[in-house]
Amino acid sequence: MSNSERPNQLFRNLNAKIASIPMILTALVVFVGGTAWTVLYSFTNSKLLPRLNFVGLDQYHRLWSTSRWLVSIENLLIYGAISLVFSLVIGFLLAALLDQKIRFEDTFRTIFLYPFALSFIVTGLVWQWLLNPDFGVQRVVRDLGWTSFSFDPLYNSSIVIYGISIAALWQGTGLIMCLMLAGLRGIDEDIWKAARVDGIPTWKTYLFIIIPMMRPVFITTLVIIAAGIVKVYDLVVAQTSGGPGIASEVPAKYVYDYMFFAQNLGQGFAASTMMLLSVVIVIVPWAYLEFGGKKRG
Amino acid sequence: MRYKFLTAAFAATVALNFAGPAAATDLEVTHWWTSGGEAAAVAELAKAFDATGNHWVDGAIAGSGGTARPIMISRITGGDPMGATQFNHGRQAEELVQAGLMRDLTDIATKDKWTEIVRPKSLLDSCTIDGKIYCVPVNIHSWQWLWLSSEAFQKAGVPMPKDWNEFVAAAPALEKAGIIPLAVGGQPWQASGAFDVLLAAVGGTDAFLKVYKDKDAKFAAGPEIAKVFKAADDARKMAKNTNVQDWNQATNLVITGKAGGQIMGDWAQGEFQVAGKTAGKDYTCLPGLGLNEVIATGGDAFYFPLLKDADKSKAQEVLAETLLDPKTQVAFNLKKGSLPVRGDVDLNTANDCMKKGLAILAKGAVIPWTDQLLSQDSQKQKEDLFSEFFAKADMTLEDAQKRFADIIASAD
Repeated sequence: MSNSERPNQLFRNLNAKIASIPMILTALVVFVGGTAWTVLYSFTNSKLLPRLNFVGLDQYHRLWSTSRWLVSIENLLIYGAISLVFSLVIGFLLAALLDQKIRFEDTFRTIFLYPFALSFIVTGLVWQWLLNPDFGVQRVVRDLGWTSFSFDPLYNSSIVIYGISIAALWQGTGLIMCLMLAGLRGIDEDIWKAARVDGIPTWKTYLFIIIPMMRPVFITTLVIIAAGIVKVYDLVVAQTSGGPGIASEVPAKYVYDYMFFAQNLGQGFAASTMMLLSVVIVIVPWAYLEFGGKKRG
Repeated sequence: MRYKFLTAAFAATVALNFAGPAAATDLEVTHWWTSGGEAAAVAELAKAFDATGNHWVDGAIAGSGGTARPIMISRITGGDPMGATQFNHGRQAEELVQAGLMRDLTDIATKDKWTEIVRPKSLLDSCTIDGKIYCVPVNIHSWQWLWLSSEAFQKAGVPMPKDWNEFVAAAPALEKAGIIPLAVGGQPWQASGAFDVLLAAVGGTDAFLKVYKDKDAKFAAGPEIAKVFKAADDARKMAKNTNVQDWNQATNLVITGKAGGQIMGDWAQGEFQVAGKTAGKDYTCLPGLGLNEVIATGGDAFYFPLLKDADKSKAQEVLAETLLDPKTQVAFNLKKGSLPVRGDVDLNTANDCMKKGLAILAKGAVIPWTDQLLSQDSQKQKEDLFSEFFAKADMTLEDAQKRFADIIASAD
């Protein structure tokens, strides 16, 4: 009867709005609320159970004077640099090679992508065995006759993080390759033809024409890799559990260990707040450039 | 009328429940006893509890206490408590008790006169918070043991050492024979525990208490503790070729003669037994590393979360009584390799090493253990320090000692 009334702005697309309420609530309560709660309690001296007993920046002072945390940060930086550079470079190279209209492309793609089907725990265990000096790569090479060959990254404090990075690259590069390949396939064939007509060498075409055109793909890839870097935890647990000593500790593991093993929630919260901060420092300028720039342009 | 009738009916059911024979109630018990010897021991507890007409639902969590405790704690704090759970008595469950999540066992304790039967008294003290008893100690575990493999020393052609110093002196001969002198697994608590044992053995009981009980940071930075760090340095050098993680893998190196010895608690004994080795013949044990014959009265205890279910609460009481029953105590501890918590039980079947432990216990040469003295937080910091120390050959003693003193200064 009142069908002819013009609907209120608030009630337009009412179904869609109702449908998105759970997600909005989840986002607000779980993500924003949880984050705020964690940050708030990181200023308290909560032990096993959360308590509002403020101690200022004490937890942060302690955090930054703990050698294990400093080692974790250093490891994260090394691991981050390696996995960022190498997964991009290797992923792109593999994709470019696959893009040469080779035979058995499907087979190769499957082979390269397969490791991604494994969880980090399985990957970690496999590489723990491969890198074990008593029955892994070192043993095989020694049995072949090179008896002085030594390759035991997981048992050497100074290079253990590289051993972990190898496993991470093995697992993750396939996905990056696929993303890159999709990007390459999205480039119009005519561009290649035009470049060829102009006599531009292939490598130059890739470097100066194709890669700039693939910017959106690179950004997606970057976000995926960066998220993987900050949250790395299971791989380390499976491969070395932080050892030898504390040489392969990472921030996420520090958070977990202090929240649950050490029964010191305050310290764990402080560490996770620092992790959040590092993500924010990376994300905010990027988001500003990415989205802020578009409005102006 | 109707209301009255209902109440009466309800009261009758309740009365029946208490008066009649205990119905079989499932009680989930969580613990982290998963190695061969441990699993055999826990089966004894389950058998004894099942014999009371209840049913023991085994909730074993693999991966040692460090992994299991967070799971147990989050179940209790998250509102899904189990019927009973293992902890090391001391300060691990302190906050759970303070938050009112654990059941007060004082009534049962008074009824069964626990204060009279449990010895040493310090065990029950560490179950007591604000004058109330919250846990049932089931065994005494002591860390202060050096396990030595006869096979390894024979192979190296050196006599079996009688104390830590002789062991250190024998290390080069062992290494020459291709044997790892000292097995220390990669889990952080092993390195940290080994240091604590050295502290009590090389530094002496007073030094141990001064550092961990009085938390005297100045003393921890002083020359007496420097001596302990010197010994830890020896241990670090002797252990540098151990490529295993778990404690029982490290024990296995000793069992198979691939390693000369291991500093590990008496739970290692269970592994020797499962492997069919005889104490005094295939392996030897030196309590207090042969230097200072004391044992620490750490150990395991069962805590009972506060439950709403009346049947389960009743079953908890039965379990608490079963755990301290003399027969259960003997059966459990023989398998576990630990010492019983009551002095009035018959342990004729105990082997050499357990008898050594019992004799020390009878002499009263006991010290409290770090689980009772330090918070989990301080323990974790200590673990981080010593796992780094043992893995990093170039970490200087001065540096390590300074950081140790810092931890003690901020310990609680």
